[in-house]
Amino acid sequence: MEKLMSWIDDRFPLTQVWEEHMAKYYAPKNFNFWYFFGSLAILMLVMQIITGIFLTMHYKPDAELAFTSVEYIMRDVPWGWLMRYMHAIGASMFFIVIYLHMFRAMIYGSYRAPRELIWIFGMVIFIALMAESFMGYLLPWGNMSFWGAQVIISLFGAIPYVGDGLVEWLRGDYVISDATLNRFFAFHVAAVPLVLVILVFLHIVALHKVGSNNPDGIEIKKNKGADGIPLDGIPFHPYYTVKDIVGVIVFLMVFSAIVFFAPELGGWFLEADNFTPADPLSTPSHIVPLWYFTPYYSILRAVTWEWLPGGAKLWGVIAMFASLIVLFFLPWLDRSPVKSIRYRGGIFKVALTIFILAFLGLGWLGTQPAEGLNLLLAQIGMFLYFGFFLLMPIYTSLDSTKPVPERLT
Amino acid sequence: MKKLFLLLTLVSMPVFASSGAHLDEVDIDMSDTASLQRGAGLFVNYCLSCHSAAFMRYNRMAADLQIPEDVVEDNMMFTADRIGGLMKTTMPAKDAKKWFGKTPPDLSLIARSRGPEWIYTYMRSFYLDDNSPSGWNNVLFEKVAMPHVMYSLQGARHAVFKKDEHGREVFDHYEMVKPGSLNEEEFDAAARDLTNFMVYLAEPAQMVRYKLGVYVLIFLAIFFVFAYLLKKEYWKDVH
Amino acid sequence: MSDQNVNKGRRRMLTLATSAVGAVGVGFMATPFILSMTPSARAKAAGAPVEVDFSKLAEGVLLTIEWQGKPVWIVKRSDAMMDTLGTLTDLLADPESDVEQQPAYAKNQSRAQEKHPNLSVMVGLCTHLGCVPLEKFAIGPASDMGDDWPGGYFCPCHGSKFDMAGRVYKNVPAPTNLPVPPFRFLSDTVIVVGENPEEAKV
Repeated sequence: MEKLMSWIDDRFPLTQVWEEHMAKYYAPKNFNFWYFFGSLAILMLVMQIITGIFLTMHYKPDAELAFTSVEYIMRDVPWGWLMRYMHAIGASMFFIVIYLHMFRAMIYGSYRAPRELIWIFGMVIFIALMAESFMGYLLPWGNMSFWGAQVIISLFGAIPYVGDGLVEWLRGDYVISDATLNRFFAFHVAAVPLVLVILVFLHIVALHKVGSNNPDGIEIKKNKGADGIPLDGIPFHPYYTVKDIVGVIVFLMVFSAIVFFAPELGGWFLEADNFTPADPLSTPSHIVPLWYFTPYYSILRAVTWEWLPGGAKLWGVIAMFASLIVLFFLPWLDRSPVKSIRYRGGIFKVALTIFILAFLGLGWLGTQPAEGLNLLLAQIGMFLYFGFFLLMPIYTSLDSTKPVPERLT
Repeated sequence: MKKLFLLLTLVSMPVFASSGAHLDEVDIDMSDTASLQRGAGLFVNYCLSCHSAAFMRYNRMAADLQIPEDVVEDNMMFTADRIGGLMKTTMPAKDAKKWFGKTPPDLSLIARSRGPEWIYTYMRSFYLDDNSPSGWNNVLFEKVAMPHVMYSLQGARHAVFKKDEHGREVFDHYEMVKPGSLNEEEFDAAARDLTNFMVYLAEPAQMVRYKLGVYVLIFLAIFFVFAYLLKKEYWKDVH
Repeated sequence: MSDQNVNKGRRRMLTLATSAVGAVGVGFMATPFILSMTPSARAKAAGAPVEVDFSKLAEGVLLTIEWQGKPVWIVKRSDAMMDTLGTLTDLLADPESDVEQQPAYAKNQSRAQEKHPNLSVMVGLCTHLGCVPLEKFAIGPASDMGDDWPGGYFCPCHGSKFDMAGRVYKNVPAPTNLPVPPFRFLSDTVIVVGENPEEAKV
């Protein structure tokens, strides 16, 4: 065994990689509940790739056959239903994990210097994941797949001058059609997953270069022992591997409970309208994207002021994309001298609470018809959403802070 | 951890309120094999002559509902010549379109797209209407093209409407014109059997899904105990 | 961190136990994925036994049907064709059908069922590399197979030759006789390909 290892190490830095990233990667010892979601995100990525590969063996990316082939997987393929549910529910679970992972970064200031690039890679992963799930949602070729894609692709038509041409180019046809389905399939199973895997790799390389943040927001590398090891650090392996296994099992229990007992989860994970084949002549009564898109969908629909130059539709699209882009600037918007919410003052805590409520509120409003009071609430939610980011330089500099201890608590 | 579960319970509320029409509750039970068998009998006799259930195979149904294959072959297969065949309809789509004005939809997934309560209510809401081409109308699905195929069981009824406070016509009650072979209670039970079967038809995997889920959770619980003890053991080092 | 009071035995035991349970879990998880690659209900339905009514089939004419996606030949052999079978023993690689390419009830000279020796049922795929051989039933030069050709099958891919019972000739690439699928008679003119006769069922 030892001989084999040294043979390999002469040719490939296996031991070195293992030590640098696992056995001698020192992570702060005070990770809490919120730190499970990084490893869970990797679990979800792997699960989606594996179930996806097996679904691809039976799925037909053809407008005539797609819907039937999904039902074929659900009924005729041995255990196909399990794979299909794991993949479809996995998409929603992936987003739950990612949103909680991002929330962790926001409360403990994990995006702050020197971790700006980790945050930016993470944001690109988030955007890629949205593209991935959007395109994957077309593949079952149900009626909601069809009309969801129709609505979202039409957004690009709002871009002045090039809009209409761009929409046609994206669809490859004058309507959502077989051509659209085929290219979405290509992106969904090959291009975007490849990009995602590379981005996740970069995300982790960047993380391991600077080291993990922690709930106290203190740099553990500032306090090293005589042996050069951070005093508040523990090797990732075995301490966090055994801890993450526990997290994975608990997560899998929740995941299995949904897969086996409530795969539709009341229409939140699998929509009833998507069990009808795509019909270009009949729109479902409510077109609703899956829950993870609804906050942005709400923002899109909240802009109804026709007096805006270029029209309300264009500004709705701009607002929707801006709501994602603004997240990239978070590391530079935050001017607080401390990272973690533990040592921040009241203003930030209030602002963050309002932001979370606005985000969840927008998400719920996105599933409802946008009219009357709902529209007004969505508009308020939108201003609160953007206010949280755009006013951040002001209120974070004004905010009081508590003294940050030297060592982890 | 608590927050996660809280979030889960929060989101498991249905996305949409129903579209306004009143739907009757129906007891769906995949372990009630007798009900599923009766429902299957009603389905092949009353539905399959016009509608298909083209994602379903006869032998799958036979196995899941514990009906012997030769019984299915002799009494339930009017369209396919092989037990492994799909539940297609005898009616050519072109003729169906001529007779009903539209092709009767495939029913394989109808219980998932409409919901069991809708089917149960729909099957019990037909009434006689001279203004409709088929002679039938439906309180839940106005101007439906489909006639009341189970009228020999339920009987033929008139619907009585009244004006509400806004002056709109709303349904009030039924009046039996010609009783069928079943009384109201028996017909409701038959409609429940049919609905139960159609819920099965929409997702045959249900027959294993629930049972398997219990084993998976038990296994994960056992795994959790070992992993948790291991974590506790290692974390004794960390102060 | 401290290394005192570490119960190494307990640690090793728990690591082993957790790994074992985890490995079982991975095994459980892998099973559905592996099984999903076995033939689906659709493939099984398509591969189900096929009923063939050959009452209108003329003597000495090849009928090709599909069973499990493979061509299956059905020929009512004439008595003249049957007579050639006994004369070829020296030319054939496996005249007694010793290699298991047929159900036990078809291990005989005509490679057919005892009560209906003239009816030949075979999978029409060459045992060399799976091409479909050609029908060369005509005796003599009419088949373009040489003057003393007694009638049989010829594979155009690599020149394998078979007699009227699907038995392979010596010195050709195909190693074994053509396979005979299970089949049973429903009546004198109807067979089911893919099912063994009642009396042959174990």
